Amino acid sequence: MSRIMAIFQRELSGYFNTPIAYVFLIIFVMLGGLFTFYIGNLYERGVADLVPYFTYLPWLFLILVPAISMRLWSEERRSGTIELLMTMPVSVWQAVIGKWLASVAFVAVALACTIPLWLTVNYLGSPDNGVIAVSYLGALALASVFLAIGSCMSALTSNQVIAFVLAVSAGFVFVTSGTPVVLDAVRTVAPEAIAAGVASLSVLTHYDGLTRGLIDVPAVVWVISMTAFWLFATTLAVEFKKAG
Amino acid sequence: MSALLELNNLVKRFQSFTAVNGISLEVPAGEVLGFLGPNGAGKSTTMKMAAGFLTPDSGSAHICGVDVAAQPELARQNLGYLPEGAPAYGEMSVAAFLKFCARLRDLSGAEAREAIARAVDRTELGGVLEQPIETMSKGFKRRVGLAQAILHEPKVLILDEPTDGLDPNQKHHVRQLIRDMSSDRAIVISTHILEEVDAVCTRAVIIDRGTIVADGTAADLRKLGPGKGKASSLEEAFRHVTVPVTMEEKPHV
Repeated sequence: MSRIMAIFQRELSGYFNTPIAYVFLIIFVMLGGLFTFYIGNLYERGVADLVPYFTYLPWLFLILVPAISMRLWSEERRSGTIELLMTMPVSVWQAVIGKWLASVAFVAVALACTIPLWLTVNYLGSPDNGVIAVSYLGALALASVFLAIGSCMSALTSNQVIAFVLAVSAGFVFVTSGTPVVLDAVRTVAPEAIAAGVASLSVLTHYDGLTRGLIDVPAVVWVISMTAFWLFATTLAVEFKKAG
Repeated sequence: MSALLELNNLVKRFQSFTAVNGISLEVPAGEVLGFLGPNGAGKSTTMKMAAGFLTPDSGSAHICGVDVAAQPELARQNLGYLPEGAPAYGEMSVAAFLKFCARLRDLSGAEAREAIARAVDRTELGGVLEQPIETMSKGFKRRVGLAQAILHEPKVLILDEPTDGLDPNQKHHVRQLIRDMSSDRAIVISTHILEEVDAVCTRAVIIDRGTIVADGTAADLRKLGPGKGKASSLEEAFRHVTVPVTMEEKPHV
């Protein structure tokens, strides 16, 4: 446990030791505001809630979260520090978990930076703060899944740009698999059961419930199983790649 | 079970290329073994397998009797390893980096502080503790890598080119450090510098194309030169045993 913590802390402070962290936080908060006020029309709707923000958040995550996960393993491989890390008395899964937790903590910081939005709607009216709290939790859970996918992509290559593109592509598949465009296309070639299976993998299917303040079992199972699967895949990728 | 480091018939292939082809070695306490060989001979690959970073295709490595592949975390507790090029987290300061390494080694509190102070003292890093590693010269980076390797007083030290990039004074200092630490440890160093064999090694092996072609003290190696049993220089001996044999000795085939 102390080793996971050591890796977690090193990785998290690593974010703040580089300009990436601050660039990310500023862009994340600015784009969040843009989506909420201009595209989501927070004022014109006349409803005091954060639905406009959380509706667009998966798309924002899709692009920005891979920027957080891309360095997790690629950088270790490029700089050769992976050889140092993997000859310490640390197991691969401890390193995978520690690094992933650090990236989750970083996104939590980014989400915390958007709390002024929450305060704003409380100033403007009386929103259901329970729903907003659950939405924030859901957003963090969604980011955790994206980060687990991104960490696996990062473990596959020593090039951060490739890791980024792979993670965005994989994320895109999971976001769009719940949209009518994809589902209708699946239905034309496969039975309804398969279409339902594809939909159940989708980010949006589970995320929509969370933004309405609903924590249901399928959503929780989806978050946990997707995260576990991709972190396990990361472990395999790290093992496989270092085997040369 | 006297040898602290044991390599049994290690083999590593990369696609069709065999990098290491059956290397066996035993390094007891008190020995400083020099790994010599041309570039691409398999020195680093062998060291990576001994440290448990690469998994051998066949054969095994044991550190203090513990199988590196079967119980990697246990085996690595007795290992200090300086990888090729001395990689380190560039954005960290020397102090933060060594603290991180200490935590991974389960050292904390006063124990960690003492271990770090000792390693810093031995590698003369006292003046640059708060400097980010990426801003430092090659020699300093190498010393940070060394400090990390000796932090926990390991029984087995594997150092891939520990003196590469150091100036003559620093080389002298690192060799002194290796000699000082050798009494109750097994130390393996790889090097391109043949004078290093005389300076620090109690024994040396020459590796060529994945196999050991010579093994012995510096004096033994000198006899392998072209002088037919008479002592020649280490460099002559090295060239003699590593030059492609097929060209020189098979003219009649």
